[in-house]
Amino acid sequence: MELTVNLKSRLDEIKRKFPFAFSSVLPAIHAVQEEFGYIPLEIEPAVARYLAVPQERIREVTTFYFMFNNRSVGKYHIYLCSNVSCWLRNYESILAYLEKKLNISAGETTPDGRFTISLVECLGMCEQAPVMQINGISYGDLTPEKIDRILDNLD
Amino acid sequence: MTEKILSRRFDLKDSHTLKVYEENGGYIALRKALKEMSPAQILDEVKRSNLRGRGGAGFPAGMKWSFLPKDTDKPVYLCVNADESEPGTFKDRFIMERDPHLLIEGIIITCYTIRSSQAFIYIRGEYLSQARLLEQAIQDAYAAKYLGKNILGSGFDLDLILYIGAGAYICGEETAMLESLEGKKGYPRLKPPFPAVIGLYNCPTIINNVETIANVPAIVERGGDWYAGLGPPKNGGTRLFAVSGHVKRPGCYEHPLGYPLKKLLYEDAGGILDDLPLKAVVPGGSSVPVLKADEIDINLDFDSVQAAGSMLGSAAIIVMHERTCMVKATERIINFYKEESCGQCSPCREGTGWLLKIIQRILRGEGVMEDIDLLYDVSEGILGNTICPLGDAVAMPVMSYVTKFRDEFEYFIAHKKSKIETMVS
Repeated sequence: MELTVNLKSRLDEIKRKFPFAFSSVLPAIHAVQEEFGYIPLEIEPAVARYLAVPQERIREVTTFYFMFNNRSVGKYHIYLCSNVSCWLRNYESILAYLEKKLNISAGETTPDGRFTISLVECLGMCEQAPVMQINGISYGDLTPEKIDRILDNLD
Repeated sequence: MTEKILSRRFDLKDSHTLKVYEENGGYIALRKALKEMSPAQILDEVKRSNLRGRGGAGFPAGMKWSFLPKDTDKPVYLCVNADESEPGTFKDRFIMERDPHLLIEGIIITCYTIRSSQAFIYIRGEYLSQARLLEQAIQDAYAAKYLGKNILGSGFDLDLILYIGAGAYICGEETAMLESLEGKKGYPRLKPPFPAVIGLYNCPTIINNVETIANVPAIVERGGDWYAGLGPPKNGGTRLFAVSGHVKRPGCYEHPLGYPLKKLLYEDAGGILDDLPLKAVVPGGSSVPVLKADEIDINLDFDSVQAAGSMLGSAAIIVMHERTCMVKATERIINFYKEESCGQCSPCREGTGWLLKIIQRILRGEGVMEDIDLLYDVSEGILGNTICPLGDAVAMPVMSYVTKFRDEFEYFIAHKKSKIETMVS
């Protein structure tokens, strides 16, 4: 698998920014994920070559960090916080509602590829618990009605 | 009404913009620092201010800066820790989304003081919208000549790079952060050597929390003595207290160190949700020992909270009312550290997994009374036996929950259900 023209120019931009090539690994993998929605295993050698770092460096990073998806996920990736402050504010009922509405369990993707639910650790928005993020956008003070409004407004 | 240092612009319209920042006292301290003060003078003011690290450990910032080697031909780096991920903690997010230029101004003054011309902000990947705001603020600061070459005609140069993490709590540990900045998995390094001597790219490096750095402009503008005088001895300045859980008004409240916990809960945060009796308070993020309701008559400074048997940590206050199952609360905390253990040290990697198995067994109604002591023993086996403090961060709270709420664990094991379920709603 080869790098797309778009991806190459993104990686060039990233490489220019850092004093040493190996610091560009995380930003480069973020760019790969933006391009494909996940990190295809087959792209890793090309990324390593382009950044001039050992291939195992890429593997090490794509497997260590939670936010790097090692397989494809839904068009809308829902991160639902399950940590203490959200638990105190009853995230469990929000999870149950989401699972019922989308007819999948946490960790799964809907058959049409639109939604993935991931249970995540503290999102740092505890004053608005319970909270979730969808593709990086945060939503707090969740209720079933609010979930309906948010999900129904996605295209 | 106490004076606000960090949050005074939080409620202004467009407070995140350079224009609003400059119209409301922004970048005045930087001009003073570059034009009227030497790096040594600023270091002296920061030392006198008794500013202690806001990330959790509370280490005096000025002392940390003075650990840099005096004569080095290597570049010096500043890494700002914006990997805010300790459960219950959201204060740095407030600074970054409501007043990003305060952080940037603090960074520039700090770099001038420690003679660094390259700074990084390491922000957690989940703070994507905050990262976008910061990136814009950085670009605006470059355009206004606050960053880049020859800042404000002083001859001082500084570049600032925003580095986005990817969902690993461990990267908030300072040496794991350096590994991550070097494009690796976040495995903490053995100390010594300390980062001030051998840090990023093997060069001298200072790592400070967002809130710590955000205090620097005020110290420069009004002096270390003034700042120190805001709090009790050895606890200079104010803190952003992040209150969450069972309170009526969860939020971020700024007060001088030494502010009474009770006042914070019952005045600022509006009291306990549904006016239920209080059961427990976590005073410094999920990794610190829990306080029972009768232990909260304390002041919120590093030393007072420590004297009460806990820690002020990240000043994240998590409140639990009477209807909180402490067995389940313990499970949520263990689950977090089990998920976030990097796997480098076996006591933490294995121990967190064992703790989770035991607590889940209790919650399934399959626990035995010996499991309570086993939770304690496994925690004790982790405590102090790992490279970084993540192991301690699970051991300390678990030991405190098991000890202070032992009756709830015993009830759960004996009756195969939570004591909370016996309460009439």
